[in-house]
Amino acid sequence: MQAFRFEALSFPPEARAMRERVRAFLHEERAHNRFAAHRSSWSTFDPEFSHRAAAAGFVGMTWPKKYGGGEYSNLERFVVTEEMLAAGAPAGAHWIADRQSGPQILKHGSERARTTILPKIAAGKCYFGIGMSEPDSGSDLAAVRTKATQADGGWLINGSKIWTSNAHRVHYLIVLARTSPLEQDRHAGLTQFVVATDTKGIEIRPIVNIAGGHEFNEVFLKDVFVPEDMVIGHPGEGWKHVTGELAFERAGPDRFMSDIRLLISLIDKVGTEPSERQAIAVGRCVAHFSALRRMSTSIAGLLERGERPITEAALVKDVGTAFEREIPEIVRSLVPSEPSLDDEEEFSQALAHVLLHAPSFTIRGGTPEILRGMIARGLGLR
Amino acid sequence: MSEDFSKIMVEQVGRLFERQVSKDVLTLADHGEWPQGLWHAVSEAGLPHAMVAEASGGLGLAPADAMSLMRRMGYNALPLPLAETMVASHLWVEAGGSPLDGPATFAPVTADDRIAIAFNRGGATLSGTARHVPWGGDVRHLIIFARDEGGQGYLVNVTRDVIATSRRRRNVAYEPRDNLQLDQVRVPLDAVAKVASDQDEDGLLLCMAAIRVQQMVGGMERALDYALTYANERVQFGRPIGRFQAIQHMLAIAAGHFAAASAAADAMAEGEKFAHDRFAVAVAKSRCGEAAGHVAAACHQVHGAMGFTHEHALHFTTRRLWSWRDEGGSESYWQEWIGRRICAMGGEALWPIITGTR
Repeated sequence: MQAFRFEALSFPPEARAMRERVRAFLHEERAHNRFAAHRSSWSTFDPEFSHRAAAAGFVGMTWPKKYGGGEYSNLERFVVTEEMLAAGAPAGAHWIADRQSGPQILKHGSERARTTILPKIAAGKCYFGIGMSEPDSGSDLAAVRTKATQADGGWLINGSKIWTSNAHRVHYLIVLARTSPLEQDRHAGLTQFVVATDTKGIEIRPIVNIAGGHEFNEVFLKDVFVPEDMVIGHPGEGWKHVTGELAFERAGPDRFMSDIRLLISLIDKVGTEPSERQAIAVGRCVAHFSALRRMSTSIAGLLERGERPITEAALVKDVGTAFEREIPEIVRSLVPSEPSLDDEEEFSQALAHVLLHAPSFTIRGGTPEILRGMIARGLGLR
Repeated sequence: MSEDFSKIMVEQVGRLFERQVSKDVLTLADHGEWPQGLWHAVSEAGLPHAMVAEASGGLGLAPADAMSLMRRMGYNALPLPLAETMVASHLWVEAGGSPLDGPATFAPVTADDRIAIAFNRGGATLSGTARHVPWGGDVRHLIIFARDEGGQGYLVNVTRDVIATSRRRRNVAYEPRDNLQLDQVRVPLDAVAKVASDQDEDGLLLCMAAIRVQQMVGGMERALDYALTYANERVQFGRPIGRFQAIQHMLAIAAGHFAAASAAADAMAEGEKFAHDRFAVAVAKSRCGEAAGHVAAACHQVHGAMGFTHEHALHFTTRRLWSWRDEGGSESYWQEWIGRRICAMGGEALWPIITGTR
């Protein structure tokens, strides 16, 4: 097999300066109690926070200035991303638009899509949802049945999507639809569309999750018109876009830092003189976290140099989300707690919050079961 | 030594091990035979002094390159104290001595053994116990860390024949890990070197941990190589077992452990001095140790009964993985150290420590 090398990423001076900048911003936010770090993460939807983060220059960072971006490097953006996660910032409103929808539009979208949408995302005022999954198409994404047919000046989309996070409060969805009939090659004939959520023919129904929250939805599309210039790339390129660049999102720090605030709370909770058992368990978590960050930063460095470490990226998500899932279990094994969202104690709330959200960590963005198949192929198992 | 030259050298040494560390050699070593031919070959290549500065007659390998060499040793299950000799010679030369002649090791290498030194009659005497010393009964030189009554630390170069072995013992890879008894062992003054006041026994433990980390990464790579090859060849139910999802997932999970362990080991290999960053060593030793157990288990499972035989070579690697994870401090030893350190500083210190931005 190919041995893995996770070379050091040496952050350039501008990235180190950016770290100071975003830390100062987050310090200010917390000093004014503008968010509850113990109960928020990158999936917490808070438009007010997104406005302030964007005003400070932390959204759409790498995009050209003419589209509202800051023309910063990928590594400067990486630093901002991980600092937001470490602080427990409620960055969920702009997260998807900033992480994947905006970059896809920038890379493959029409000029009109770029000029009308990107500046609004960068201003922290325009949010996106991902319209991939369908009732009969979850892990098997190529099974999507939502259909787009050519119409005068654009396309008509019919079908339905499910598990669409924030569909009820975002401005656009990126909808994956079949633009030519299913043939031998299941991956051919798929196309992504930028669909405004206020378009006629869209119906959004809430799905309440086990934490009692309304994050995801069912979305029905009936003769929804999408103008030609809201197609991402050329028709038929959908699969390539979804599995291409997006694959590297798997190595991002949001795949192992979703509940890092709970680990931080645990350290404070066990106090400065932990028992041997507590010290060992905390130390183990820190070692795992440290190794994951090394993997993630190293891959960020490779991507910056134009390399495409697809197996390593999948490994980060598999190992990283397993780590996230383990944290609440370790916490409850070390500190007696009957977690409650209503408890007056923040620690109890934090544990309850993570416990109830943890199952999603290993489902969203590709399950370990799918990832491990890809990893096995990467290892040369056939 | 230039970067390119180091890389070429690591590759050449890898090929040397590939040629020389045969199953026969490993089997004889299992039975306690010192592989003299192999030692001769690595000596010819100058490897015992690989970490000694060129000006002092060594190869001047940087710590990161030395650690790459140790990975190759782990990959091939090299049944020699070569890494120990490299580090012992390096330590002794750093302390002002000359490169050591012949195989060497260092002690103490457990968390709680201590050696005392007393000066008298124009020489010095050493007393104490050093347990589980790698090849303690086979080497020519031992570099020992000792303290005098005032707590000052010294490195002492002791020739093997003056020390009594209280017990010869082997780890589960059947490599010697001897208990040594130093009972008023007399050494001349020119074999004693004072060390800086911030150096302690812990320095040797860190060195041992760092060696075992890199050997484990190499060993895991080898075990996975065996398992991936076997999974693609072994046919059951009409197809290679590597086509079964259960096998694929087991190996993918093992690869995840291996990748995380590699990352921690890579992070530890940085820096100008060998094994100097205690946090990096602690993270790497605990992460690699944990990974080694998982990887060894998965690779055995893939091989079925075949992997449980002496005939298949897998055990030369897995028995070493099981040994190395406990040597130089086990996972729990280092995890506890990390945990106590972080807890003493509080939760908000975690992120600055991880990012190195304190």
